[in-house]
Amino acid sequence: MVTKVTGYSRNGVSDWIFQRASAVILAAYTVFIVGYLLLNDVTAESWQALFASLPMQIFSLLAVLAFVAHAWIGMWTVVTDYIKPVRVRYSAIVAIALILFAYLVWGVAILFGN
Amino acid sequence: MAMSQSRPVNLDLKTIRFPIMAISSIIHRVTGVIMFLGAFVVMALLGMSLQGEEGFAAALAAMDNFIVAFCLWGFVSVLGYHFVAGLKHLAMDLGHFETLESAPGAAKFTLVSGVVIVVLAGIWVW
Repeated sequence: MVTKVTGYSRNGVSDWIFQRASAVILAAYTVFIVGYLLLNDVTAESWQALFASLPMQIFSLLAVLAFVAHAWIGMWTVVTDYIKPVRVRYSAIVAIALILFAYLVWGVAILFGN
Repeated sequence: MAMSQSRPVNLDLKTIRFPIMAISSIIHRVTGVIMFLGAFVVMALLGMSLQGEEGFAAALAAMDNFIVAFCLWGFVSVLGYHFVAGLKHLAMDLGHFETLESAPGAAKFTLVSGVVIVVLAGIWVW
C-alpha cells in the first residue's frame, strides 16, 4: 500500500470519475455555447436573455463547478508530476486552490449578480 | 536500486524522440494549464457582456483590441485541442486506440485536428 502524502480526495478512483463527469459537462457546455454563437445573430438583448433564463443559469453554474473540479484535478496532477520540492509544490497547490475559489465566486457573481 | 551498472546509456539528444502519443498527451496538459489561466479573460468578457447594452458594447469593443482578440483566439484554439484530446481519452477509457498499431493514428488525428482548430478559431475571432 502506497502511503498517501498529497492526495486530497478520498482516492484516485473518485478523482478519475470526477474528471470524466466534469469533462462531459464542459464538453456539452462548449458545444452549446459555440453552436449558439455560430448559429445565432447575437444581440445584447438575446445574449442577456439567454443567461437570465433558469435552464441556462443551471447549466452555467454546473459548468463553473465542473470547471473548478476539472481544473483542480488536472492542475494538482500537473503540479505533483513536475514540482519536486515540497514547499514549492504546496505553495503552488494553495495558489491554485485560491485561484479556483476566486473563479467560483466570480462565476456565481457573473451569473446571479445582474 | 539493484540495477546493472553495465546497461547501455543513450544521452545522444539527436536520437531521443518522444513518441507521437507522448507529444499529443503533453499538449493536452499544456492546453489545460493555459485554460486555467486564460479563463480569466473569458470570464471578464462574459461578465462585461452581461452588464446591459453598454457592457455588451464594451465587451465587443474590447474584442477589437489585438491583445484581447489574440487571447481569445488562443483560448478557443487551446479549448478545441483539449476537447479533441479529451474525446480520445474517453475513447481510450473504453479500450480503443491502446495498441501500438492504433495509438499513433489516433494521436496523429488529434494533432492534425488541433492545427485545423487553430486556423478555424483564428478565422472566427477575426
